Amino acid sequence: MSYVVQRLLTFPLILLGVSILVFVSIRLVPGDAITAMLGTEAGLLTPAQRASLASYFGIDQPIWSQYLRWLSGLVQGDLGISSIYGKPVLTVILERFPLTLQLSLMAMVIALGIGVPLGVLAASRNERPSDLIVRVLAMLGQSTPSFVVGVLIIYVLSVWFGFVPAMGTFTPLLTDPLASIGQLIFPAITLGFAFAASVTRIARSSMLDVLSDDYVRTARAKGVTPRSVIWRHALPNALIPVVTLSGVEFGYLLGGAVIVEQIFALPGLGRLVLDAITQRDYALVQGTVLFIAFNFLVVNLLVDLAYVALDPRIRIGGR
Amino acid sequence: MTKLLSVRDLHVGFGRDPKANEVVKGVSFDLEQGQTLGIVGESGSGKSVTALCINRLVDFGGGRITAGSINLARADGSVLDVAQADEKTLLGVRGRDVAMIFQEPMTSLNPVHTIGAQIAEAYRLSQGLTGAAADRASLDVLERVRIADAKSRLGYYPHQLSGGMRQRVMIAMALAASPRLLIADEPTTALDVTVQAQIMALLAELRAETGMSMIFITHDIGLVAGIADNIMVMQNGLAVEQNTTGAVLDHPQHDYTRHLLRAVPHFTAGAAVRSDGSRANTAEPIVRVDDLAVRFPIGKAWFAPRGAIHAVDGVSFDLMPGETLAIVGESGCGKSTTARALLGLNQRHRGTITAGAGNSSHPVQMVFQDPFASLNPRLTVEALLAEPAIANGRKRDAALRERMIFLLGRVGLPEESLTRYPHQFSGGQRQRLCIARALMLNPDVVVLDEAVSALDVSVQAKVLELLVDLQREFGLAYLFISHDMAVVERIAHRIAVMFAGQIVEMGEARAVLSAPQHSYTKRLIAAVPAIERRRQHFAVDMTQVPSLVRPPGYEPPPARWQQIGGDHLVREETAHEQN
Amino acid sequence: MAKMLAALFRHPSGRIGLVIIGLYLLAAILATLGLTPHDPLKLFAIDRLKPPSATYWFGTDLLGRDAFSRLMLGIRQSMFIAFASVAIATIAGTIIGLLAAWWGGLWDGLFMRIMDVLLAFPAILLALLIIAVVGPGAMTSIAAIAIVYTPIFARVVRGPALSLKQREFVDAARTFGSSQTYVLTHHLLLNLVAPLAVQVTLALAWALLTEAGLSFLGLGTQPPTPSLGLMLAESRNLMQHAPWLMIFPALTIMLGILGFNLTGDALRDILDPRTQGRQP
Repeated sequence: MSYVVQRLLTFPLILLGVSILVFVSIRLVPGDAITAMLGTEAGLLTPAQRASLASYFGIDQPIWSQYLRWLSGLVQGDLGISSIYGKPVLTVILERFPLTLQLSLMAMVIALGIGVPLGVLAASRNERPSDLIVRVLAMLGQSTPSFVVGVLIIYVLSVWFGFVPAMGTFTPLLTDPLASIGQLIFPAITLGFAFAASVTRIARSSMLDVLSDDYVRTARAKGVTPRSVIWRHALPNALIPVVTLSGVEFGYLLGGAVIVEQIFALPGLGRLVLDAITQRDYALVQGTVLFIAFNFLVVNLLVDLAYVALDPRIRIGGR
Repeated sequence: MTKLLSVRDLHVGFGRDPKANEVVKGVSFDLEQGQTLGIVGESGSGKSVTALCINRLVDFGGGRITAGSINLARADGSVLDVAQADEKTLLGVRGRDVAMIFQEPMTSLNPVHTIGAQIAEAYRLSQGLTGAAADRASLDVLERVRIADAKSRLGYYPHQLSGGMRQRVMIAMALAASPRLLIADEPTTALDVTVQAQIMALLAELRAETGMSMIFITHDIGLVAGIADNIMVMQNGLAVEQNTTGAVLDHPQHDYTRHLLRAVPHFTAGAAVRSDGSRANTAEPIVRVDDLAVRFPIGKAWFAPRGAIHAVDGVSFDLMPGETLAIVGESGCGKSTTARALLGLNQRHRGTITAGAGNSSHPVQMVFQDPFASLNPRLTVEALLAEPAIANGRKRDAALRERMIFLLGRVGLPEESLTRYPHQFSGGQRQRLCIARALMLNPDVVVLDEAVSALDVSVQAKVLELLVDLQREFGLAYLFISHDMAVVERIAHRIAVMFAGQIVEMGEARAVLSAPQHSYTKRLIAAVPAIERRRQHFAVDMTQVPSLVRPPGYEPPPARWQQIGGDHLVREETAHEQN
Repeated sequence: MAKMLAALFRHPSGRIGLVIIGLYLLAAILATLGLTPHDPLKLFAIDRLKPPSATYWFGTDLLGRDAFSRLMLGIRQSMFIAFASVAIATIAGTIIGLLAAWWGGLWDGLFMRIMDVLLAFPAILLALLIIAVVGPGAMTSIAAIAIVYTPIFARVVRGPALSLKQREFVDAARTFGSSQTYVLTHHLLLNLVAPLAVQVTLALAWALLTEAGLSFLGLGTQPPTPSLGLMLAESRNLMQHAPWLMIFPALTIMLGILGFNLTGDALRDILDPRTQGRQP
């Protein structure tokens, strides 16, 4: 159990490090902090207004006390005010988050749903034609960036089929599940494409490793059927690296959403980051980056705990 | 008697062109119902591959049977040629007619399933038992392999069991199908010698109970002597000799069999000890170890230490110039930790180590167990041999090269070796390189930590000879760490027996081996397989090694020694230790 | 090194990968020397949106610039950013990982927790944060990608370095008193070359991808300097009329990443003892 304890103890530590990093980097933005906070509007201020704002925001204080002040706001859910939207940053983020979450989860389901069976298939037909085809496809898939996939999908759909995927709109899942999933299906394929390829590759190679392990030989010596060797004896062991990969890749999915949402003009968290950067809304940049990193850390923690559940060697500990 | 198995002219190859890469080159043998066949050979002899053909598991390792037949009498009375059978038929053979146990009990059980589930699966596959019936049968079979507290063990995962326990679980799984033939592929090689004796005794009893046949594969001819009816000796893919056990052991016909029986170290209970170099009590010891203790704290990361593993607890001994002191014991007894502490590789908790005035700045050097791990694979032999000298401020000049070539010659390697890399040498040659490297600094003492354990038996003999020669030539003292009593008998002048971090008995080699006094030494020596003792019967002995984890502040009671004869000390046993 | 290249060339996918990398390096060198078919920045006003032809191999864009010449320059830009950022990340990551493993204890904890903080951000997001602070441009891309990959290299080095530290040849070195520098360079670093070579090749593929992604978003290399990602992004509005403007940059990006992925995979095959003939 000490592994879980250690994992739970370092979690807040990393979170603190992340908040310091984000806080400090935004303070490093060239120009004064008022501009950093208010964006372009700051140009209209008189020196007196600046001074009073500076003391209001506590910018005349030393940096660590500013950080503590910011941090105490943070734990109460106060991420500042977005200058683009004129609303609290957290409110803006929570409006956009469902889309990105749904997109990432759909991409993950697609990737695991395609990758694990393909990987297992390829491993069980090692060096035969079907294995080679899967390997070539996976290699190509892994080398195709999401923006290339996205652009090609739009091209094929619009030029060949005369079908323009719905862009710029999003129906929440609970309002109309079918429409919601339908709107996000192509973006999700785009996002999950490369992930499916790497799941296939990891699943295949870890399955191959496991198939040459001694306990698989033991199972065969018992007369276990080939199907049962694969699904009952090998797969649970081979899935361990796939689960680890999924945690890491979920972060890439959250990051990749930036690009995919841009291509399909979807109003998600990724678009929000981009808008915030291009329009120099630093409170929003800070808030979204922190929010995404937080989610990524939570998912990784959950994946590690899932890993523990899968592997009795960690769950129960040694003799 | 009826014939169970008849193998004729078996050929097996590997890779893309199995005919060109043959590992088994025409092996024939028969096995009667209820008999046990021992297949003996060194690595690369094809003994395991031959066995894996009988249930065709060889297919999954990339092997192909290229010629020959394997006729197996099945339970229903029909005879099947396994070499020609299809995979569907083979599924019925595996487990039901032919069961198998393997060398590595640590990796041969599936880590994500409980042992109960794995045994129950064997019952389901062979006898169609499911649910409570399978559970009950699993419990019974665990008790048959003498696992105490079997009911709770069913819920254990493999990693919670010791190596010996896991091998017993493997045997239980094999028994589940009541097989007509059990193939045991080096089942005790990875285990300690006392555990090995337990497993061997168990196998013998089970064979008597069930009347099954056995094929027992091993590199140690002494081990099968006690259990096999017939022995087949294999070398380079051929069966060079096969006959009844008595005939093979007492009247070997083939040179290789004679070599295995004579040149290879076999344990003879003190009859083969060295006769040279009697201990001169007047001389100053070259190394004196006094009250050495090494402890590894546990659980100290976040909280106060929960205690410590007392790996070595109060060990004292002297080493005289030119003599060999062997420290023997089983895994975890602290013998390697003692050796490593001597070289400063482990922190001492307490105790002093005094090295006498020698002829070198580094009077103690070491040779490690694994010749594959102790040489950096990316450096040439020249760089490897030069490293100790360079570390001590020598220049890489002609004189240094001269010494390297001299030492290479002494360990029997040519000068051209200098430009080669470690992977271009065999295991035995690498260990010679390690010995040459240890001698570069002209030491007085060489610590040999299981230095021949990873080598094939016939290579072992040659390296031991070399070590004896070098000892005489350079006046070296050896501290020889080993678990292998047969090897120790050939090289030791004196022997110290370690158990649970402490020396329990120490003295002149012949005395300790022929007349052991401490209960543990007696048990250890009784467990060593020996050709002479093959007709003795051993009872299943289930003694377990005590835990070395002690609470904080624990100190062992002081040792009380009893003197037996001139140079033979025995630690007095407390009542607690004897149970 | 020569041995490794020869082994790569014998490996089927390694050979394809090496050929692709070779072609890309050639294109980059020619572009640097100004040896492109046309001036990549010159506007051929009468030849706007021309499809591929003998004059303009990959066609021209909306402003009448030669797409092939621009792709060559884009390759140069991408390769430069990828190699520079991976070089920085390799050196920094190796030093951090090696020292963390060697010193152990508190240093190890401190170094690796800092790396964990950097790894808490999805790669592209960390790059975006840096761009938000410094402003977009080629140098920012290099810095951003280098910072993203440093912790990955630190982890890749630390694991094997920790196990090398436990190996018997390091123990042996300690018994005859070898210096720390000797052990670190000869026993640790020398044995890390193989895993590092694999990681560097695969990181180059990722760096190419990340660079193209950033410039696709308009946050990488700034116009008028051509870049692969930006060319692809610009083609989106014209895909009905000038699909070649989309196809060729898309293929160029894919093929480049594929080249490094294939080479990295082949390297791993060659260096992994487990795949050298699976035998029982």
